[in-house]
Amino acid sequence: MAARKPFRWHIPVFLAPAVLVYTAIMIIPLFGTLGQSLFNKGETGADFVGLANFATLFGDPRWSDAFWNALGNNLWFFVVHMLVQNPIGIALAAILSTPRLRMAAFYRTAIFIPTILSFVIVGFVWKLILSPIWGIAPGMLDAVGLKFLFAPWLGKEEYALTTLALISVWQFVGIPMMLIYAALLSIPDEVLEAAEMDGITGASQFWKIKLPLILPSIGIISILTFVGNFNAFDLIYVAQGALAGPDFSTDILGTFLYRTFFGFQLQLGDPYMGSAIAGAMFGIILIGVCIYLFGIQTRLRRYQF
Amino acid sequence: MASARLSPTRTLAAHAVLILYTVIALFPVFVIVVNSFKSRRAIFADPLALPWPEHFDLIGYTTVLNQGDFFAYFQNSLIVTTASLFFVLLFGAMAAFALSEYRFRGNTLMGLYLALGIMIPIRLGTVAILQMMVAGGLVNTLTALILVYTAQGLPLAVFILSEFMRTVSDDLKNAGRIDGLSEYAIFFTLVLPLVRPAMATVAVFTMIPIWNDLWFPLILAPSEATKTITLGSQVFIGQFVTNWNAVLAALSLAIVPVLILYLIFSRQLIRGITAGAVK
Repeated sequence: MAARKPFRWHIPVFLAPAVLVYTAIMIIPLFGTLGQSLFNKGETGADFVGLANFATLFGDPRWSDAFWNALGNNLWFFVVHMLVQNPIGIALAAILSTPRLRMAAFYRTAIFIPTILSFVIVGFVWKLILSPIWGIAPGMLDAVGLKFLFAPWLGKEEYALTTLALISVWQFVGIPMMLIYAALLSIPDEVLEAAEMDGITGASQFWKIKLPLILPSIGIISILTFVGNFNAFDLIYVAQGALAGPDFSTDILGTFLYRTFFGFQLQLGDPYMGSAIAGAMFGIILIGVCIYLFGIQTRLRRYQF
Repeated sequence: MASARLSPTRTLAAHAVLILYTVIALFPVFVIVVNSFKSRRAIFADPLALPWPEHFDLIGYTTVLNQGDFFAYFQNSLIVTTASLFFVLLFGAMAAFALSEYRFRGNTLMGLYLALGIMIPIRLGTVAILQMMVAGGLVNTLTALILVYTAQGLPLAVFILSEFMRTVSDDLKNAGRIDGLSEYAIFFTLVLPLVRPAMATVAVFTMIPIWNDLWFPLILAPSEATKTITLGSQVFIGQFVTNWNAVLAALSLAIVPVLILYLIFSRQLIRGITAGAVK
């Protein structure tokens, strides 16, 4: 037998481009940003300040009010998605997966279309529809005699964030729908036939047979929603601007990071505090992902067919 | 087996729900496209009317198309999206092949390292990315955007593609080896053509966020020469805030390319997801 196998050069060749680009553009900046959050402006450039930036962010009223406000708003944004987007997505997928449903492909394609639109279009068109002046919503409510229900939803502090969250739900409901639809399709026919032999059909078949089988997919969707929501920025920015009006009531961590790093009318940009906010977001997402990986995913029962 | 449990009422109810939701999903798109073909007066007087001959007006489109910039933005978006997509698919498939085909020390660790990026968004590194691009003189170049989007797309591409490549038959690859094909030839001529459905899935999931991204163009390449269509239309809305025809026409035009690509790939999409990792 040969003493050693020759070194398999093709393995590093296949891996190198992806690993290099990924490391250089994603991993190094990510840790660079985390590192920078430990520094602040000194007399001669950056001084190491340890966790002082985080102490300022969480405790100093000039920063912490905005931070906790953004975090609270972001949590509400996430809760709305979990309570509205994912149940609607699952329901649509369940209906779509009805066997021999005509035009299923058409519905699926059409319902996914909002997901491919850019935030610029989404923000603009919903502002247009909900506008109290030109808007279509007041006219439509008027036509069915419900005009009194109309309020300038995007302009009122108490409604604006929920309205934006629902717009985002409208845009992204296609993603849970597609993933759950795929999961439902992969349930083997034998399982469903066995259920039918036992007299379990219709809605009870969904709750007792299909839902337990697609729980892992629902877990994946929840964590994707979490990461997406705590990383959101675009919709708020195009609909309400970087100031996340009215009176910061729609401010989430993404807009807060943007304002802090790049500055806005009243304040200069601050890369160090910006890094600290990015670091806090990193921590929040990491905690969420860990809770999912170790707390939820390991407890989900998976079935092999 | 299916016919037994599908009563007509249930089918009808299913269609009713789906039609209702389809209307909700498409209504805003309908509003934009319909109004982009109408005269200014008709937009305000009756926003929901179809562009019948008496209202029909292409003034919005002529305004947009006479603004030379719009084509340049379009071209920028096209260059950035195509180039990033190309690199993501090529590099992603290569790495996925290495991870799924060969057993070597650190294989699992490398897989986890590359998958990290699915969970942690690249935006959190923006501060350092901008400093790096400033240092490298890449600010306001399309190269900066292509680099960032390639890095952003790679984790998901590697993840999905390596799941798929495990399903490619070993016998086929070994037959190629016996015929004297190099590992590179096996990858490019045998494996790549077989994972085309997965490539389509990855292409859709990579392309949509790149085409629609506002964050990186706004931060890394906001100059006139490098604006993408998404940033361009955002600025356009700001400048032409009273010129509704032009804004609506610009938005309609921005929908078209991504819509066409989506319709082309959408058949492959479900096949790709079903066979892929996320089930």
